Amino acid sequence: MADIAAAYGGTGTPVVHPTRTDVVVLRMGEVVVKAHSARDDAGELRPRLRAAASAAVNGVLLAPLEREVLSAGGRAVTVWPAGRPVSHDDPGSAPWEEGARLLARLHAVPLTLLPALPPAGGPARAARAVDRMSGDGPVEQLVRRAFKELPEPPPLPGLLTHGDWHLGQLVHRDRWLLIDVDDLGVGDPAWDLARPAAWYAAGLLEPAVWERFLGAYLASGGPALGRGDDPWSRLDLPARALTVQLAAVAVVNAERDGRELDEVEHSLIESCNRIVRA
Amino acid sequence: MQCPKCRGNMRTYERNGVHIEQCDNCRGIFLDYGELETLTRMETQYHAAPPPPPAPGGPAWGAPAPHHGGHYGHHRQRSWVGMLFST
Repeated sequence: MADIAAAYGGTGTPVVHPTRTDVVVLRMGEVVVKAHSARDDAGELRPRLRAAASAAVNGVLLAPLEREVLSAGGRAVTVWPAGRPVSHDDPGSAPWEEGARLLARLHAVPLTLLPALPPAGGPARAARAVDRMSGDGPVEQLVRRAFKELPEPPPLPGLLTHGDWHLGQLVHRDRWLLIDVDDLGVGDPAWDLARPAAWYAAGLLEPAVWERFLGAYLASGGPALGRGDDPWSRLDLPARALTVQLAAVAVVNAERDGRELDEVEHSLIESCNRIVRA
Repeated sequence: MQCPKCRGNMRTYERNGVHIEQCDNCRGIFLDYGELETLTRMETQYHAAPPPPPAPGGPAWGAPAPHHGGHYGHHRQRSWVGMLFST
């Protein structure tokens, strides 16, 4: 991977950034090389990468340095310019509004300007997270039940959707940009707002921050929430799904680390409990 | 006690601090002195009760509104920040 970085102008000592999955991210100077998950289908990655390289998403999605998917050690590899991530020091001062505006612009990109894309990865991610729980205690049963009882999604026209948005999906170059095309595709864009919505509904994200995020999205003409008065009519289902996903991830992480759920993680389980009672 | 109207038997009930006699026969009700006022006051309070504060926009299953301060404290920062930035 360092060879690939060097071939695209990367200099200096390669630094591997830790990820929670089998994804490997290596930075060398101004170049980032990403080895995608072994489970990812390179056939789906190819149009996603080309979409990120297309002029239609210029200024919204970070454009790759190489529009073709490369290969290293049997894994699909993509090459990107480096950017500055959001600081972890103070989430309150993170660029929530900028993230929301970028999502609003992403959702408004006409699909006709892009290569044919696979479905956005949000719903599949939630299902995978639930599948990864191995235990069968009351918490796992609750999370599985909340997942099983999710209502059927109403038929909505699919729009360009990021598929896995959180604060780690923003980098700053001359401006803030969205990164990570692994779940980019055609879907219900409300899923991109659903993780902050789930945090807010769990009492984790401060209402003022949520209002800033949602307000910026709506003020930018984001199409995900329809024209009605209540943004939650469209948000409810994906926010439930993300709550279940976050709870399942928390259960898996705690089990892997051999510890109890902490207070933050527990508030997601409580959210699942309210979901099955709602 | 006998019903002043039909002479039926009156039965005593206590409801939310109001003393009521009701006739088993004609269902007529007798109130002690001051109890009509008590009822009227309770009715006024019921209608004047402020509606529950509107939810600040959120799902039916949302967390109850936290008290001021405290809830979004720094003691949870590490795990919370991890979640903000990861898949």
